[in-house]
Amino acid sequence: MLLSAAAEMSFWEWTSSIVQNYWPLLLMGAGITLLISITGTIIGSAIGLIVGVVRTIPVSARDSAVKRSVLKILNFILTAYIEVFRGTPMIVQATVIFYGAAFAGFYMDTTLAGILIVSINTGAYMSEIVRGGILSVDKGQFEAAHSIGMTHIKTMLNIIMPQVIRNILPATGNEFVINIKDTSVLNVIAVTELFFQGKTVAGITFQYFPAYLIICIMYFIMTFTVTRILKAVEKRMDGSDSYTIHGSQTTPEQEFKVKGGTL
Amino acid sequence: MEKVIEIRHLQKSFGGNEVLKDISLDVNKGEVVCIIGSSGSGKSTLLRCINLLEDPTSGEITYHGENVLSSRLSRAEYRTKMGMVFQQFNLFNNLTALGNCTVGPVKVLGRSKEQATETAMKFLELVGMDKYINARPSQLSGGQKQRVAIARALSMEPDALLFDEPTSALDPEMVGEVLKVMKTLAKSGLTMVVVTHEMDFAREVANRVLFMDKGVIVEDDTPDVIFTNPKNERTKEFLKRTLEK
Repeated sequence: MLLSAAAEMSFWEWTSSIVQNYWPLLLMGAGITLLISITGTIIGSAIGLIVGVVRTIPVSARDSAVKRSVLKILNFILTAYIEVFRGTPMIVQATVIFYGAAFAGFYMDTTLAGILIVSINTGAYMSEIVRGGILSVDKGQFEAAHSIGMTHIKTMLNIIMPQVIRNILPATGNEFVINIKDTSVLNVIAVTELFFQGKTVAGITFQYFPAYLIICIMYFIMTFTVTRILKAVEKRMDGSDSYTIHGSQTTPEQEFKVKGGTL
Repeated sequence: MEKVIEIRHLQKSFGGNEVLKDISLDVNKGEVVCIIGSSGSGKSTLLRCINLLEDPTSGEITYHGENVLSSRLSRAEYRTKMGMVFQQFNLFNNLTALGNCTVGPVKVLGRSKEQATETAMKFLELVGMDKYINARPSQLSGGQKQRVAIARALSMEPDALLFDEPTSALDPEMVGEVLKVMKTLAKSGLTMVVVTHEMDFAREVANRVLFMDKGVIVEDDTPDVIFTNPKNERTKEFLKRTLEK
């Protein structure tokens, strides 16, 4: 009876029935996906900033042998980290880390494991993005900062990194969008993100196409919204393209509109 | 006369290329020294060595009697005393004109924001850029950028100011405004070392003019002697070529 009724339901009826009956499950999946991709991107970016900065510390012949060898070893470790995590698929990293921890007698919460894996993976990519960002800042900015007595650390904090962060923002947003999509591979370790929930719904209803189509649309809504938000943030960070003339009380403040950079 | 910088037997090589050969030079307090010479003669490298942006291969640089190459005085600390103005301005792109002038005093010298702003405004006014304190470097013309860069260097209240071809990257009509500021500074008694191609400026403002060629100081004399009665053949030749233009 039930089977025959099911067979008579059209594609649209199935789709709406899945939405009606399983929306809390799917929404929770989307929530976990966003949670993991947001925290993963933030922690990954933090890792990337630190690793990128460390890998660009200049070494000169004047430095002590200790400093030079410490940096050399650190650089080797960080390079290995970047190469390994960029050179293997995240789905494999997830299984190796999760089951590896279990093998060692340490059972991770799947969501936490997901955040850890995405963070480490994003960190490897972000390190290279940050390094590229630092190398692309004009050498003159470093020299000018040094010429007013800034140490390397002060130069990085006050002058270079603010410019780097602005410049790598598009790439960081890109990583975030990639993470929203790529967290789907975490279903392999049973993280209850959106793809995992979609698979569950498909398994319960035996309606694979409608179930997967729904989560496909949900993924797209998430990535599209995030892309728009990041565009707006970038625009805001660029600031206004005009500036106010700092005038005395007798001359009213004027607004100078500047197009394309120079007056 | 009190010596600010004493350079002894300075030598600098890039790989096998010897750019500076056994340079010795004193800069006295309040003196304006102009360094002239053709491209590749080592004048910029000499200036960058004075500020330790380039590491001298050998030799000694003494600042107020203290050797800066092997000293307790840290490089960063020494550089706060040696202002530098670059050919390419090198204003900090992430800061406004005012921010460019206050970041050093606040972050390096540990001054308060108010105090730094007050000092910076004084110098921005001196260079005629006090109206543009809210502008970002990308919104300024070359001449304006260079004037802000001069104010930035002055805001550190250095003992001496080094100029590395400050007008070479400027459009001809903007050279004047920067030179005018530099003349004002020279008259105020600031110690200045200026690498320049502006012969009129050197003749008018300098106390001493150095002519450099192939990594050595060929002639070191007053502008009068250098420009009207140079002793060395190479100086004569260089000036003839430059002044003909």
